[in-house]
Amino acid sequence: MIKTDVVIVGAGPTGLFCAHQLGIIGLTCEIVDNLDKIGGQCIELYPDKPIYDIPSVPECTGEELTNNLVKQIKPFKFNFHLNDRVQELTNKNNNWIVKTTSGKKFQTQNVVIAGGVGSFEPRKFPTKSAEKFDGTSVLYSIKDKSIFKDKSVAIFGGGDSALDWAIELSNTSKVSLIHRRDEFRGTSASVKKIKELSKKNIINLFTKYSIKDVKGNGSLEEVEIKSEEGEIKILKADYVLGFFGLIMQLGPIAEWGLNLDKKVIPVNTENFETNKKGIFAIGDICTYPGKLKLILSGFHEGALAARGCFKYAKPNEKYRFEFTTASNTIKNRLGVKE
Amino acid sequence: MAKIIYIEHNGKEHVAEVQNGLTVMEGAVQNDIPGIDADCGGSMSCATCHVYVKEDWYDKLPKKEMGEDDMLDQAYEPNSKSRLSCQIMVSDDLDGLSVYIPEKQV
Repeated sequence: MIKTDVVIVGAGPTGLFCAHQLGIIGLTCEIVDNLDKIGGQCIELYPDKPIYDIPSVPECTGEELTNNLVKQIKPFKFNFHLNDRVQELTNKNNNWIVKTTSGKKFQTQNVVIAGGVGSFEPRKFPTKSAEKFDGTSVLYSIKDKSIFKDKSVAIFGGGDSALDWAIELSNTSKVSLIHRRDEFRGTSASVKKIKELSKKNIINLFTKYSIKDVKGNGSLEEVEIKSEEGEIKILKADYVLGFFGLIMQLGPIAEWGLNLDKKVIPVNTENFETNKKGIFAIGDICTYPGKLKLILSGFHEGALAARGCFKYAKPNEKYRFEFTTASNTIKNRLGVKE
Repeated sequence: MAKIIYIEHNGKEHVAEVQNGLTVMEGAVQNDIPGIDADCGGSMSCATCHVYVKEDWYDKLPKKEMGEDDMLDQAYEPNSKSRLSCQIMVSDDLDGLSVYIPEKQV
């Protein structure tokens, strides 16, 4: 059990700046994120797209913004728990017990939900029959490529993941690549390679086709694909892989007994607390009259939520407002010399 | 101003008067029309405002810009009439546009 003043759910810009504000006021925190990297939507959705509305930063990319925020909280040495998802929240003697998917447990007075629009999960095949094979022969990521050796593998998708795996697995497996249109969004080098392999009949390429059905008795045997005109082809397949990018799901947050307005959490604008004491929501996931889904609003919300956490984390102390320019206490926390 | 017709997967029709300069996605969100999530808020970074444009309207719309098809690859059951509604800007010319909302967005 890890004891901390605050657990932050989500390592996007809002969660990161809230951590900074917690550090400034002398609180500890642990940050949990479902992705395998820090940065949230900024990193997952638009790492290279320029952002123009961060105050005093005329232009930066999602990646640059993330790197700078990480640098800004470095002095506090907070722990990140990546590739992990907060699954369960239970209240015990005015403390929150936070459990993650990987089995980690935290004891804390405060939880700050900075979860964007939920956690990123792979988009799955729409076909019902694919569920039966999910995790065994219908896969959305590859952990051990040796299982595909000498097998027939049908890969769906048109991005880099689909193309790279098709190229890689074509060395040892019989690969079909199926994509819904003629154009691919993968890098041009990969697209060129795919076309070469297809010409040499090393990869079976089917464009303008999508999945219709998967079939098999016990184990997967074949996959049916159909064109937009309705033409159906049947391919032999031991494995079906789907690479359609990530989607955002609210996930377990919906089960925590919080008031929800569609997919967002109503909060008060004084400290961004939800209807549950000690649970705060900031960034895209919170709502209130006048809410703007801007990174800058998330920063403001995080700063106020941090102060909100203070009274539960240190009930016998009075929070004192200080400027970073003037306070020696803060300078000590930041590890900067006079 | 244009009248935009949003047709849910179950056939239920919603007619909304949408101001010029807004997108078809914004028209849906502002009028509480269900089935268009628009998780990313209109920055062409997700695929949760996906619609199927009615056959006779599809070719009348301004063409897709770079990147829209890439996002549509990640939509739920895209087809040749698929668009992201955040990329369709409303103008007087679009009066009467009908779009079908998919069974689900994610």
